[in-house]
Amino acid sequence: MSKASDKKAEKVTTLADAIARFVPDGASVAMGLCLESMIPFAAGHEIIRQGKRDLTLVGPISDILFDQMIGAGVARKVVAAWVGNVMMGSAYNFRRAMEDKIPHPVEVINHSNFTIALALHAGALGVPFLPTYTSIGSDILARNPDLTEFTAPFTDEKMVAVRALTPDVTIIQAQRADVYGNAHIWGNLGSGPDAVRAAKHVIVVTEEIVGPKVISSDPNRTVVPGFLVSAVCEVPHGAHPSPIQGYYNRDDNYYAEYHKGTKTRADFESWLARWVTGVKDRAAFLETLGAERVAGLAVKKPAYAAKTDFGH
Amino acid sequence: MADYNLSELMVVAAAREIHDGDVVFVGMRLPLIAYVVAKNTHAPNAIGVFENGVLRRTPASKLIMTMSDGPNITGALACMTMLECMALLQQGRVSLGFLGAAEVDKHGNLNSTEVESGSGAERKYIRLPGSGGACDIATLAHRFVALMAHEKERLPEHVHYITSPGNGPWREHPRLKQGGPAAVITTKAVLRFDDSGEAYLDSTHPGVAVDDVLANTGWALRTLKKTRETKSPNARELKVIRDYDPNHFWTK
Repeated sequence: MSKASDKKAEKVTTLADAIARFVPDGASVAMGLCLESMIPFAAGHEIIRQGKRDLTLVGPISDILFDQMIGAGVARKVVAAWVGNVMMGSAYNFRRAMEDKIPHPVEVINHSNFTIALALHAGALGVPFLPTYTSIGSDILARNPDLTEFTAPFTDEKMVAVRALTPDVTIIQAQRADVYGNAHIWGNLGSGPDAVRAAKHVIVVTEEIVGPKVISSDPNRTVVPGFLVSAVCEVPHGAHPSPIQGYYNRDDNYYAEYHKGTKTRADFESWLARWVTGVKDRAAFLETLGAERVAGLAVKKPAYAAKTDFGH
Repeated sequence: MADYNLSELMVVAAAREIHDGDVVFVGMRLPLIAYVVAKNTHAPNAIGVFENGVLRRTPASKLIMTMSDGPNITGALACMTMLECMALLQQGRVSLGFLGAAEVDKHGNLNSTEVESGSGAERKYIRLPGSGGACDIATLAHRFVALMAHEKERLPEHVHYITSPGNGPWREHPRLKQGGPAAVITTKAVLRFDDSGEAYLDSTHPGVAVDDVLANTGWALRTLKKTRETKSPNARELKVIRDYDPNHFWTK
């Protein structure tokens, strides 16, 4: 490749620019796909700061990220298996929206982890639905319009069809990526790989940008192929308070403080002003958090994988 | 005065549901500790499956708040996708899964989606976090065990919303026949299920009267001629629990 075409294929941009360009009002946005780790909190906060409206949030369990976005009023619809605070239980903004329409009503499409994983897998496969046995007998099946019973061909048995999900944009957190968006992710993958393939646009938020040779030295770890990616953003500690394996640990206290500090709407508004709307970007967020607290989350004992020979 | 607390008793009751060689959907909170107890005592060959994509043959080296915390990844057997874990469940390769819930009913149906409490003008809709993987585990694992607080409101005859199916006509489906609730471990007792799929009182925890359990259950709970007492934790089990959760974060 020539230098010029290399340049054209580069997708590095700021998080603010990526959100402005690829997350329009009304978009469906998949986030927090790996479950409790690698949740793109920095991206969610930028969406809030840019005052996006009427988004559909898609994700199995996004810990407190979806609660924050619901409370900030950016979401009109949530497609999820679970919304809350994993360590503490329920989350208050989700409850306020569902119980008292504060700040406004939010429609929820209730999935199970398996049905949402299948919906994203169907999207990734480019098929309209996938069959399963899960949810038979449940009210999830009875009330979710994207799940329906049918008689299976070949076996004539009752099965559930799960309608495909194709998010407008998937925001995926990576440990490292190159400037073209090829990204390494390790640890639990959740529905990350499928959400990347199902989406129309992909934003990679990475802890660090590395050379393309680092990526191609270990191709089994490439979860995101760069040609599917619209933007790559280097945002250190972009997943805090969720953990990133090999980079930093979970800030458990932050979740406990969020639980205590968002019980009332007024409390949440103060929380939002302090941590989201009152800071300009993730670097400023980390300043608010304090260097000592950030340092305390560092990996204490590295655990490197065995050397892997990709030679021939 | 017993030398253990109620959470520890429940953990040990849950641990005893794990058989050696079981493939277990572990979950978090008390069942996480139950897996640690079982692995260190009677079920050294149990395999732990975590729906985020993690397979483990050893418990995480330190207490974790979520299944995606660093220590649960370090030393794992495999880190895969959620779909790959759910595939194991759907193929019938998962022996047991643990669940929590806000409500459980007579037939072992669980609700973790939404409830209504009170009546008339006092009626209040409460939204709960939802299924997560609970619906899948209940539908597809060979056995599931629920852990919950024993309060009359939480044990209605019929749950408000079936998040996770227990026993019902759907169990006639050839692929769902194998599954269903094995036990409900509450803060007062252990319930099990008879051939008709209805719950009965199997044991009461030490110091809890049968009448107390019946008065706090929302339907006429069947009892055995003689109700057993839930076995207390032994010293070895307690040591495992306290080594793992020394500050009693989960085992309050």
